[in-house]
Amino acid sequence: MSTPHRHRAAHLGQSVRRQVYIMNVTFLLNGETVQVDTAPTRTLLDWLREDQGLCGTKEGCNEGDCGACTVIVSDDDGAKALNACILFLPQLHGKAVRTVEGISGPDGALHPVQQAMVDHHGSQCGFCTPGFIASMAAGHMNGRTDHDDVLAGNLCRCTGYAPIIRAAKAAEAAPSPDWLDDDMPSAAPQPYAPETLDDLATWYAAHPDATLIAGATDVGLWVTKQLRDLPTVAFLNRCADLQRITFSDDTIHIGAGATMTAVMAAMSEFHPSYAELIRRYGSEQVRNAATIGGNIANGSPIGDNPPALIALGATLHLRHGDATRDMPIEDFFLDYGKQDRAPGELVTGVTIPKTAPALRCYKISKRFDQDISSLCGCFNVTITDGQITAARIAFGGMAGTPHRAHKTEAALIGQPWTPETVATAAARLGDDYTPMTDMRASATYRLTTAQNLLHRYFADLSGDRINVLEVTS
Amino acid sequence: MSVTKPLPHDAARLHVTGSARYVDDLPTPANTLHLAFGTSEIAKGRITNMSVDKVRKAAGVVAVLTAADLPFANDVSPSIHDEPLLATGDVHYLGQPIFIVIANTHLSARKAARLAEIDYAEDTPILTIEEALAANSRFEDGPRIWTNGDVDQALAEAPHRVRGTINMGGQEHFYLEGQAALALPQEGGDMVVHSSTQHPTEIQHKVAEALGMPMHAVRCEIRRMGGGFGGKESQGNALAVACAVAARTTGRPCKMRYDRDDDMMITGKRHDFRIDYDAGFDEKGKLLGVDFTQVTRCGWAQDLSLPVADRAMLHADNAYHLPAARITSHRLKTNSQSATAFRGFGGPQGVLGIERVIDHIAAELGLDPVAVRQRNYYAAMEGGGPSAPRAARPPEDISTPKKQGPNPASRGATSSAADETARDRKMGLDPSPVQTTPYRMPVTDFILHDMTDDLLARADYHRRRAAIADWNAGRTILKKGIAFSPVKFGISFTLSHLNQAGALVHVYQDGSVHMNHGGTEMGQGLFQKVAQVAAHRFGIDVSHIKITATDTGKVPNTSATAASSGSDLNGMAVANACDIIRDRIAACLAELHQTRTENIRFEDGHVHVGTEQITFAEAAKTAYLNRVSLSATGFYKTPGLSWDRIKGEGTPFFYFAQGAAITEVVIDTLTGENRILRADILHDAGASLNPALDIGQIEGGYVQGAGWLTTEELVWDDTGRLRTHAPSTYKIPACSDRPRVFNVALWDAPNPAQTIYRSKAVGEPPFMLGISAFLALSDAVSACGPNYPDLQAPASAEEVLNAVQRARG
Repeated sequence: MSTPHRHRAAHLGQSVRRQVYIMNVTFLLNGETVQVDTAPTRTLLDWLREDQGLCGTKEGCNEGDCGACTVIVSDDDGAKALNACILFLPQLHGKAVRTVEGISGPDGALHPVQQAMVDHHGSQCGFCTPGFIASMAAGHMNGRTDHDDVLAGNLCRCTGYAPIIRAAKAAEAAPSPDWLDDDMPSAAPQPYAPETLDDLATWYAAHPDATLIAGATDVGLWVTKQLRDLPTVAFLNRCADLQRITFSDDTIHIGAGATMTAVMAAMSEFHPSYAELIRRYGSEQVRNAATIGGNIANGSPIGDNPPALIALGATLHLRHGDATRDMPIEDFFLDYGKQDRAPGELVTGVTIPKTAPALRCYKISKRFDQDISSLCGCFNVTITDGQITAARIAFGGMAGTPHRAHKTEAALIGQPWTPETVATAAARLGDDYTPMTDMRASATYRLTTAQNLLHRYFADLSGDRINVLEVTS
Repeated sequence: MSVTKPLPHDAARLHVTGSARYVDDLPTPANTLHLAFGTSEIAKGRITNMSVDKVRKAAGVVAVLTAADLPFANDVSPSIHDEPLLATGDVHYLGQPIFIVIANTHLSARKAARLAEIDYAEDTPILTIEEALAANSRFEDGPRIWTNGDVDQALAEAPHRVRGTINMGGQEHFYLEGQAALALPQEGGDMVVHSSTQHPTEIQHKVAEALGMPMHAVRCEIRRMGGGFGGKESQGNALAVACAVAARTTGRPCKMRYDRDDDMMITGKRHDFRIDYDAGFDEKGKLLGVDFTQVTRCGWAQDLSLPVADRAMLHADNAYHLPAARITSHRLKTNSQSATAFRGFGGPQGVLGIERVIDHIAAELGLDPVAVRQRNYYAAMEGGGPSAPRAARPPEDISTPKKQGPNPASRGATSSAADETARDRKMGLDPSPVQTTPYRMPVTDFILHDMTDDLLARADYHRRRAAIADWNAGRTILKKGIAFSPVKFGISFTLSHLNQAGALVHVYQDGSVHMNHGGTEMGQGLFQKVAQVAAHRFGIDVSHIKITATDTGKVPNTSATAASSGSDLNGMAVANACDIIRDRIAACLAELHQTRTENIRFEDGHVHVGTEQITFAEAAKTAYLNRVSLSATGFYKTPGLSWDRIKGEGTPFFYFAQGAAITEVVIDTLTGENRILRADILHDAGASLNPALDIGQIEGGYVQGAGWLTTEELVWDDTGRLRTHAPSTYKIPACSDRPRVFNVALWDAPNPAQTIYRSKAVGEPPFMLGISAFLALSDAVSACGPNYPDLQAPASAEEVLNAVQRARG
């Protein structure tokens, strides 16, 4: 999650530079306990390469998009692949890190995925390889066989991926080496990482200009690309209260600190189309870090969760000190870069209905995996006896905020669910949205495709095959 | 036998354990400084005022250098000295380096580089092809035009004609390892430079110029790159020169690596092209004449654009005999990054032009495009025979084709080119005329007829094409497409003098071998292939060969590792060096054993002298004790080349590497989204030196080529700012974008040309097989309506949707 006061924060960064306080962090690095006194936004990657001389982990893009810096980070939830380039050292407190140097055995024995990559010619230039090895080893530890998803966040420019997948398959059956079994280090609570929601809310109310850092998949880039100094920060990943996903009879409450990996798992049963959208949200490494609260609170017009949550009719929960308030999530997004959130107030979670059988989420991007949406359309129409009785349609990428297609919805409600109705309603999307042209797509493409997605939705509910990802040769 | 074995990449184990070192991984002295460029914020104009005071005062900054601070040459151009390292007043593109920050850390340098205060008098930039043509902004005086036959008459008389235009975007290399260099000052002003470069000699040369020193004062070393693809042929010059000058200025080691965004904003990319075509043909689709106009944006500096544009012209025929052709090439100067070498070097653009023409003809006549392609192929080479006899004989006995009896490579000092000579003689007697390319080179080694038949059968093309038509007939939203495309790619540098290579080989008295050559390793497996050659020459296991970093102090005056030539040139040079040492050992042993050298064989780790045998190590020790030099340089130059690039006439290539692919795709006609479902490839690597590495090049090349033509879209805004300067916005293929079904096979036949063990170059040619994916998308779009889709590249989802609308009309 983030503060919207970007310019002010940057200014403060320069003027209060010397006040950046040092954080004490304890974690396991390749089986050995380390204690580090660090500036809050020192990245794991820089620390590994510059301070530790562990140069196996590579910098490919410095923004979490190529995976060359992938490491394995374990905690009580198990082992996860993460991008070290946008992972700040304080996020590691109490966790265990394995870099490529610690994936082979102490005696130099290769991990099964390493041996398979040699045997199957999975490396050419070798620069992306350590990141692939980390992702593959993490997937291997977790028994994953969906290799395309496990490796969607690792780019390779040499091999065309085929030999890497052959290697991943070949290593599936081998047992995970015991040298990777790490015991979590004991890590005392730290003031920079509140462990309860009460503590967090109190702290944030007292530090309204602070930056809250959950997964750092967005804030990380403020540091690595915008080169900003963040003088006051708190890390949320030890705040267990914020990470819970709870189920009632007819609703699901998702804590703001739940990672997208956790949200995807929860959605797979209740809202499979939303889960499929999340499968294409960032990559394995990004989903393991990014939180749903961060994706909502940063207010991006191209975040993928808000359109789905709006279509679901989600309720957003906020808290400021002891005061809480709720709102329909679509009301949170006021304007480009502006949300209905007071300084010191934080997003604590979101509640969605448990069932919405007609929910469909369609993400359109230049590349299927690990790409930001050109547009993302989410549809949730209620049809009773052939008549449309309710409709919630929301798009991202079509305006300065994610928001509902009210005029289109109005053209549907009360009408029969037919291609003619859909065509009439689709024509109204131009009244709901005035999209822009940018490097991802033209305004014309965005609007045309948005209209076509309504046609796709009709075909989808009719049982037609509409998904190119399901077609085989 | 070491050659032909599918051994792993020599560094595979180092790669997977993270212990393979790249430039930025080298341990550096504690006082090493770090550099960053401050760059232009406008595309064209003049710097009217610049203050770097804030930069100098920023935390960690040691010094700032501007153009005025450079002691000698301010130039990093690989061609015509038109590329200042630092802008001298005028700026020519948005992203052009203007000053160098030297700081204690990489991050400090990057932060400080943003603090300069620069005022510009802005000019209107020339950004597009249309703007450049209107302004006559170009390299060379006018367009280059090559003509063969009377094109105008052929077109006028042709019973059928198609005209059209295909635009094709450029491509970012996206080597995973960004540009990097490290300069270590030495005594007496000498400089050692570690550079992630495909062209160490160029680095040495440009650094020497910048330091005002002779080349001998500079040594450049590179063990490996994390990918190159042509992007490190000239684009590393700026970093290496900056580091060397900064190291000279400060007396301290200096390192520079580009952050990814800087890398993409500063460095050149593949040339984008617009190709206009006008083709005449008969009712069966046989080409009678083609008129091509190729227009390319070269960016602000010449760099390698002339040979790139030449190669596009040289591949305007691809695999097809053009009875009459005119190829006009405009090389435009624009205010954008200086477009540079990229795998294929203009070839892919030229090939896409003619493939588009064939596709358009087939659509016009309602014929299967494969049939039209086969109909227009060059005549097949004489069954299994060699290509045209060419001048020089290669180093002895390395030219025996595979599958031909015992390999003579293990023999001593005898020559065994007898079978070649016999064939050459037969060829000389052959009266049948050969077809020539538009640049009048005879095509004597054309094997695509047989390869095509084989691939069509392997991929079950005709049945699948019919099945796809049925599949499409029942659907409106999703449509499938299938397409075949061949490639015939000319192998050799078109600047003929570059076709040379050197090697340095030492045999130590324990029988271990130190191997060095001028080629660089960027992942393609060159070092492993050449090590296999060396091992084979000595008859020892490849584990005895130490592969060493490319080093201008060991092998001088090298050519860039480019043009797919790495193993052809360096393999031969190393074989030459090995043979010299081997012959000395053989002569020594022959004298000791009172026998002839022909009776001495090197194989199985042993040296066989008549019926006796000793280990190779014992032989080396014996030679050493008998005061025989066990160190040799090797050299090779490609025979038979002659080329006039102005006339467009001659024999620029030693031979042609060939290949063919069939790709099946599916598109969503509502969104333009698309997938590659299956690809079948048959590729000609000659007698492969290492089938595993060659298949790796083919798989990777195909996916990279398909990426160029689908998801990889470079977008500049109307101020000339590149908007796609990071992987968040520039989308190379990801794991799931590879073909679901991906069958790759080698056409395992020896090269008729006398190359190293009759292998063929394999780096660039497979890139063009990705064109089949583009054509398959066009085929799928064709299923949506009656009109020719006129698909443009890259065929992003948006472009596919546009084409669907065009097809429907």
